[in-house]
Amino acid sequence: MGEFDFTVWGPSLPFIRDGLLFTLRLTLIAMTGGIVIGTLLALARLSPIVPLSRLAGAYVDLMRSIPLVLVILWFFLVIPYLTGAPVGAETSAVITFTAFEAAFYCEIMRSGIQSVPRGQLDAARALGLKPAQTLLHVILPQALRNMLPVLLTQTIVLFQDTSLVYAIGAKDMLKAADVVGKNYNRPVEMIVLSALIYFAICFGLSLAVKALQKRVAIIR
Amino acid sequence: MIEIRNVSKWYGQTQVLNGASTHVAKGEVVVVCGPSGSGKSTLIKCVNGLEAFTQGTITVDGISVGDPKTDLSRLRARVGMVFQHFELFPHMSVLQNLALAQVKVLGRSQEEAAARGAALLDRVGLRDHAAKFPGQLSGGQQQRVAIARALAMDPICMLFDEPTSALDPEMIGEVLDVMVELAQEGMTMMVVTHEMGFARRVAHRVAFMDHGEIVEDAPTAQFFEAPASERAKTFLSRILHH
Ligand SMILES: Nc1ncnc2c1ncn2[C@@H]1O[C@H](COP(=O)(O)OP(=O)(O)OP(=O)(O)O)[C@@H](O)[C@H]1O
Ligand SMILES: [Mg+2]
Repeated sequence: MGEFDFTVWGPSLPFIRDGLLFTLRLTLIAMTGGIVIGTLLALARLSPIVPLSRLAGAYVDLMRSIPLVLVILWFFLVIPYLTGAPVGAETSAVITFTAFEAAFYCEIMRSGIQSVPRGQLDAARALGLKPAQTLLHVILPQALRNMLPVLLTQTIVLFQDTSLVYAIGAKDMLKAADVVGKNYNRPVEMIVLSALIYFAICFGLSLAVKALQKRVAIIR
Repeated sequence: MIEIRNVSKWYGQTQVLNGASTHVAKGEVVVVCGPSGSGKSTLIKCVNGLEAFTQGTITVDGISVGDPKTDLSRLRARVGMVFQHFELFPHMSVLQNLALAQVKVLGRSQEEAAARGAALLDRVGLRDHAAKFPGQLSGGQQQRVAIARALAMDPICMLFDEPTSALDPEMIGEVLDVMVELAQEGMTMMVVTHEMGFARRVAHRVAFMDHGEIVEDAPTAQFFEAPASERAKTFLSRILHH
């Protein structure tokens, strides 16, 4: 031991950067798409239309009871059948993560919507706002604010979970580190580097969550 | 203006309104009182269709509230409502609270809505608070903003559901003052309240509810001096000697 050579970090940086960009893009798209679809799912779950609410509930339960790695592999195999053409590992990863995270964001948004007092709904309706306007201007903004810390914490988990796309060979940061590690025969050094980057970003994000929490918290 | 005829409502097996009838003529102020759980909130929420009722008819300005063909959003836009817990939108500034429905429902421009909002804030004595958020105001101030928000829609009548009962005693006066002024200007008002001083000052009639029924509906002086029913007498003696 004692033979570590961290000079490999230098030449690895362009690859790591490309991988990291994909990882961040994947996180961002899955977060945005997941929150949008998750909110729609939450509305479906809370809807008085029983079949709709059941269907959304079944989807959420299904996604939440299968290990993510399996969903990633399964989507990778199934999507080409649905689209009729093979999709790349990266596209498959984006679709999978959006669909998977939507189930988790759904549950967060559902409790966010339920955290808005009933009287707010009455007040909005009493002013003549239509259901969609009530949702858009009164209920959802409050649900989002109430849930912001939880939504962002879920996003940090998502960011870490993206490393699982490794399973289908998508070129994320971990994959880039792995490839460079193999080429230079320095796998340990490269794993240390990617761990440091994951840590720095997650730590930074959780600090950001705390700061944001103070800024957007509704004054009560 | 408001006609309530034989309205009944059940929640499953429990009946919360039992053949309630009353009316509020244009420019009239009617106070509704009665013990807790007697159905006052339920009744007043039926007037603008926030609650559905099982039997009977309610019309506001000739429009039937229970008719499935009625555009309830449109009707509600013309009926102001003030709640016990203010229900200002906490994520919006005071001025945004006043402007939202003016813009989204009445189609006014932002400038128009802001100008109308500012004028009403001035009227309820809160001109300097336009940029604040509801959480930065006292309860009395919040309720005055809520009244201004309802007035911004230029309503044909106003509904109040215990507007002062969530307030600290020292703030009740400032809200009642606004309501008295409104009544004196001729606003049509249906007010659920236990503020009997307010009732004596501005109410034309007082309706007393118990167990979902309107037990007594009498001109104000008569209601206080010679209540006809035993239940109203008991209620009055309890509430006035408090
Ligand atoms: N969603 C509901 N489901 C079942 N019962 C209800 C529901 N809402 C209200 N009730 C019942 O209806 C009755 C009338 O309630 P309501 O709120 O109208 O009374 P209230 O006169 O306004 O009372 P308070 O003075 O406490 O505000 C009460 O017995 C209450 O328990
Ligand atoms: Mg009530």
